[in-house]
Amino acid sequence: MSTMIQRYTARERSNHWVVAIAFILAGLSGLALFHPAFFFLTNLFGGGPWTRILHPFIGVVMFLFFMVIAVQFWGRNRFTPADREWRKRIGDVVRNRDQGLPEAGKYNAGQKILFWVMVVSIPVLLISGIVVWQPWFAPFFPIGLLRVAVVVHALAAWIMILGIVVHVYAAIWVKGTVRAMTRGTVSAAWAKQHHRAWYREMTGK
Amino acid sequence: MALQSLDIKARSATTTPPPRVRDPIHVAKLIDISKCIGCKACQVACMEWNDLRDEVGTNTGIYDNPRDLTAQSWTVMRFSEVEVEQGRLEWLIRKDGCMHCEDPGCLKACPAPGAIVQSVNGIVDFHQEHCIGCGYCITGCPFDIPRLSKKDSKVYKCTLCSDRVAVGMEPACIKTCPTGALVFGTKGDMIRHAEGRIADLKERGYANAALYNPEGVGGTHVMYVLQHGDQPELYANLPKDPHISPLVSLWKGIAKPLMSLGIGLAVFAGFFHFVTAGPKEVEEEEERP
Repeated sequence: MSTMIQRYTARERSNHWVVAIAFILAGLSGLALFHPAFFFLTNLFGGGPWTRILHPFIGVVMFLFFMVIAVQFWGRNRFTPADREWRKRIGDVVRNRDQGLPEAGKYNAGQKILFWVMVVSIPVLLISGIVVWQPWFAPFFPIGLLRVAVVVHALAAWIMILGIVVHVYAAIWVKGTVRAMTRGTVSAAWAKQHHRAWYREMTGK
Repeated sequence: MALQSLDIKARSATTTPPPRVRDPIHVAKLIDISKCIGCKACQVACMEWNDLRDEVGTNTGIYDNPRDLTAQSWTVMRFSEVEVEQGRLEWLIRKDGCMHCEDPGCLKACPAPGAIVQSVNGIVDFHQEHCIGCGYCITGCPFDIPRLSKKDSKVYKCTLCSDRVAVGMEPACIKTCPTGALVFGTKGDMIRHAEGRIADLKERGYANAALYNPEGVGGTHVMYVLQHGDQPELYANLPKDPHISPLVSLWKGIAKPLMSLGIGLAVFAGFFHFVTAGPKEVEEEEERP
């Protein structure tokens, strides 16, 4: 048994998975209303009207729980000069040529970018979503604003979905990552290889 | 065939052709505002035929009653007192309701398959049993017509009495109009009828009399004869150049397939990256503590 390092507490993991489940449900129900090719997904939610009713409430759950994550992870996601170098070498990262990459802290530059994309897109989704939320809020807004809101909502959702596709794939791609969110621990070797600055911080080595 | 329609031109959230083997005549309602006396018989006929009874509202100091279109009031007379020139007051009374656009913004915006259909004859109809209550049609409509019912969260508007027209009858409002301000027929006949009326109005001093059949929405199947055709805004803000908002066209036009494709490509890119570049393994030997 190799040495394991604690990466996420049980509370952080639960919080992450509430957001993840809400994202999947909001994403599927949102796509159902976006393109007719996805309308069949309304069957997962009890039909068209139920999809329309549930989608915004799921979105609010996602927003609220994400806000907790955002506050907790905020400090760890500030960009550092090393991140700039990491971003320049993104081609090497993608080709699995990790030798000589700048040392990453708890998060590398790619993870930080994802964090800030979520910090921006989720509140934008909430605000634009409230504007078009029938029948509770939409009647209070002028139709011109509704038109802006539907486009902004679709665009923010699209950016968020693309971000999550990358996020999920990166977790599969970098072996030993998923257990950070399922068990809370990662191997010391994983930490040393991918997040050396954080590894040294955690182990004092 | 059974009771299904075989003359549907467009169907909401549907990417394959709807059944349209028949090609019936194109119909239109012509509203001659210069002949309207504001009696509201058309409103009553609409309520009666469609079995609707709006809540009794309150008097707001103007003749408009009810004050606005609602899920129960599919047509409303809008009264505008306009001083067209110094010292000459005109009372312009416009029967408001669905214009039955040739290019309907409501249908373009609707995400529910079959909740909005456009017949080949030009009638744009809401099928409430397929409506999911999202209100997207409200963002699509350039005329601010659809109304979401507080009772059932379905959207309602004028049907152009599609049920009557289907069996060869004229809409209820046409049937009841006492002055002949409302006429109904083929779109070609209605345009010709309007031309006669416009020539008459021009003789009587309305130099700018014109037919309102706006090109921006491909023309409409409800048209107005306007005494002041150059200023449609005088008639309770009838839009001069209505068109589907570019935002709605972007959203339910190019963005819809391109963004969907983008998500699909991102997933494929991940899969093919995995089978070509492969995963990042932890290379170093496990350390001893």
